[in-house]
Parts: sequence; structure tokens; C-alpha cells
Amino acid sequence: MSKNGDHVSSILQTARTQVLAEGRGLDRDQLVEILQLPDEDVPALLELAHEVRMAWCGPEVEVEGIVSLKTGGCPEDCHFCSQSGLFQSPVRSVWLDIPELVESAKQTAKTGASEFCIVAAVRGPDRKLMDQVREGIKAIQAEVDINIALSLGMLTQEQVDEFVEMGVHRYNHNLEAAKSYFPQVVTTHSYEERWETCQMVREAGMELCCGGLIGMGETLEQRAELAAELAALDPHEVPLNFLNPRPGTPFGDQEVMSSADALRAIGAFRLAMPRTILRYAGGRELTLGDLGTRDGLLGGINAVIVGNYLTTLGRDADEDLNLLTELGMPIRELSKTL
Amino acid sequence: MTYCGHCGEDLASGDHARCRDRLTMEPPRFCTHCRRRMVVQVVPRGWSARCVEHGVLTG
Ligand code: SF4
Ligand SMILES: [Zn+2]
Ligand SMILES: [Zn+2]
Repeated sequence: MSKNGDHVSSILQTARTQVLAEGRGLDRDQLVEILQLPDEDVPALLELAHEVRMAWCGPEVEVEGIVSLKTGGCPEDCHFCSQSGLFQSPVRSVWLDIPELVESAKQTAKTGASEFCIVAAVRGPDRKLMDQVREGIKAIQAEVDINIALSLGMLTQEQVDEFVEMGVHRYNHNLEAAKSYFPQVVTTHSYEERWETCQMVREAGMELCCGGLIGMGETLEQRAELAAELAALDPHEVPLNFLNPRPGTPFGDQEVMSSADALRAIGAFRLAMPRTILRYAGGRELTLGDLGTRDGLLGGINAVIVGNYLTTLGRDADEDLNLLTELGMPIRELSKTL
Repeated sequence: MTYCGHCGEDLASGDHARCRDRLTMEPPRFCTHCRRRMVVQVVPRGWSARCVEHGVLTG
């Protein structure tokens, strides 16, 4: 509805009943309509998405920190990624040692974050990485009160079981792109392989964190398709990334998506998944700037990554935390997420 | 400083305004003295970038 109240897009009226009142997410075709809303309807969309988030998730915001345990040199070819060893990217390969890992977890916990995600640029873990992760988790658990999440690529059932036994709280593995667009984004593994790891993680009882990237040249239909596919997978958390075109990657020359499109996507993802933790992940600073963080948090987002990303820098953590205080959104406490 | 820390090209040639912009959102990747690719480690509240020849920068 525009502010003067004389016009309500019918898809927003439908969403008000279907999503806000009944808690049923919009389907793919309905999401396409959302993504096509004219600019003047974006504020009404965000308002509705915010109401949906408040009604089905509450005012709390989940705060997470992430760190790269192994950077660069990945054998896969995800076209958006500066860590692939197959492109002429300036990112060089490097490993974080255990004391630095523990220190990163401590710094993250100090912000009030409840999750600390350890990430490695790999197709999937080998024995060396499994051992390094086991040692790292033990060291963190001995010193820091925080949930541990991992993002280490595709897993076997044995590896899933090992992580459950190590006490891993959540596992991140993104779909990255809609099924119909995936072959244009990655050629070294398939959408189905990603889907399989996600299923194994969930069946083993870990929380599943699964999201994707938008602004990679996909159509609006494909953007809606990704949201609908994620909704079908029903992850605990959905990180939403906006393409930050990286020098040397096949998507390095793509345009940065407009903030209006980014906000429409945030609204659409919330209306697709009323109950999920919808996290602002990479690229928000570039796409949305300072104001965008506020707009997103008032438009369906209920989780943020504080501090830096894996290879790029985030906003100052204190700025984000102050914004949450200003918006009256409490940080979700550790005990409540266990 | 001779080279751009973001793109690694000569600072004297070309426009590096966009690079300077980017350097507020990401650590430098190239040594500004010798244009070697640096080993960069980003952690939640900081970063370091090491050139084998010219040492470590932090931020
Ligand atoms: S698997 Fe992960 S680290 Fe490797 S290229 Fe793809 S996104 Fe990058
Ligand atoms: Zn430059
Ligand atoms: Zn140097």
C-alpha cells in the first residue's frame, strides 16, 4: 500500500492474508510478482515483511561472526568466488592457526554473538581439515561460550556424523543459485550434490544454514525460484548474499545490483519463508550502504554477520550493535539458541 | 608508494578512484612497493597482509 493509502498491490493483499495471518509462504509465481513490484510499493513490501518477521520470529536478532580457516586455492569454479584457485584472482591461499581461530571466536563472543562460523574454501573436507577442525573446536569450546557452526563444503555421511559428535551446532551449505541457473554459476559440481549435503546435515540433527547469492545475472523468475527452492528445503537459517563482483572471477564485471532490487529480494525471501532466520550476509555494504542495513532490518531481516567477512571487510561491529539497540531489537541470547 | 594496493597497477597511470573506494571495504591485495600479491588474512575484527619482501601491514 502506498503511504496515502489509496492503492494496494493485490499481491501484497494476498501476502497479508496468506503469509502474515496464516504463516504460509508465497510460492514461486507469487514471488515473481513481488520482485516486479514498482518502486513506490517497495516501502509497503518492506513494512509487510517486517510485520511477518515480528509475528512469526519475534523482535530478536541473531548475531554471528565468521572466519576463514583456509582461504583461497579452492578446486571448484563458483563464478562469483575470489577463493577459487581456477581464476586469476589476487586472493592467495592461507591457513589460520588454532590460537588465531580461538582469538577470533573470543572477539566474536564479545559482540554478544551466539554463533561462530568456521569456513574453509574447499570442495569438501579431507582428513587434514577434519583434524584441524576437531582441534580448533576443542580449543574454542575450552575457552569461549559460543555455538560453533561450520562451512566446509560437501560432506560424506561419515563426516556429518563426526561433526555431530564434535558438538557442531549448525552447518552452512548454500544452494547458491536457482536450480535452473546453477549450471551458469558452477560447473565443477552439481546442484543435486549441494542439495544432498543439505539433506544429510538436517537428517543428522544439526541445524541447517542454507542460502544463496543474488545479483549474479539471474532473471527475476530465477531469483524467485531460488527463494521457493530454499523454502522447500526449509533450513533453520537462510543467509542472503548480494554479488560483490570480485576482480578476476567470471562475474567480476557484473554490475552491482541496485538497492531497490536488493530490498525487493529481502522482502520476497521473507514472504517465502516467514519463520526462518533470514541473515544479511556478504555484499550488503556495497549494495545497500549504511541506510540499507537499517532498511533490511526493518524489512524482514532478523540476523546479521558482525565484523569482517572471509576476504572482505564488513561494517564496524559496534555500528551494527548500536543500530540494533536503536531499533529496539534485542540480540538473541546464546542459551536460547541451544 | 608505486603500485595500487587494490588492482596492482601503476599508481601513476590510470584512475584508481574506484580502487581507493574498494580499499575501505577490503584489505589491499598487492604490495604497493613491489606489486607482489600479498598473503592476506581477514579475521572478524581486523586483517593482515604480508609481502615476503616488504613485511606485514595490518588494519
Ligand atoms: S566451493 Fe566455496 S570456496 Fe570453492 S569456489 Fe565455490 S564458493 Fe568458492
Ligand atoms: Zn587500482
Ligand atoms: Zn613488497
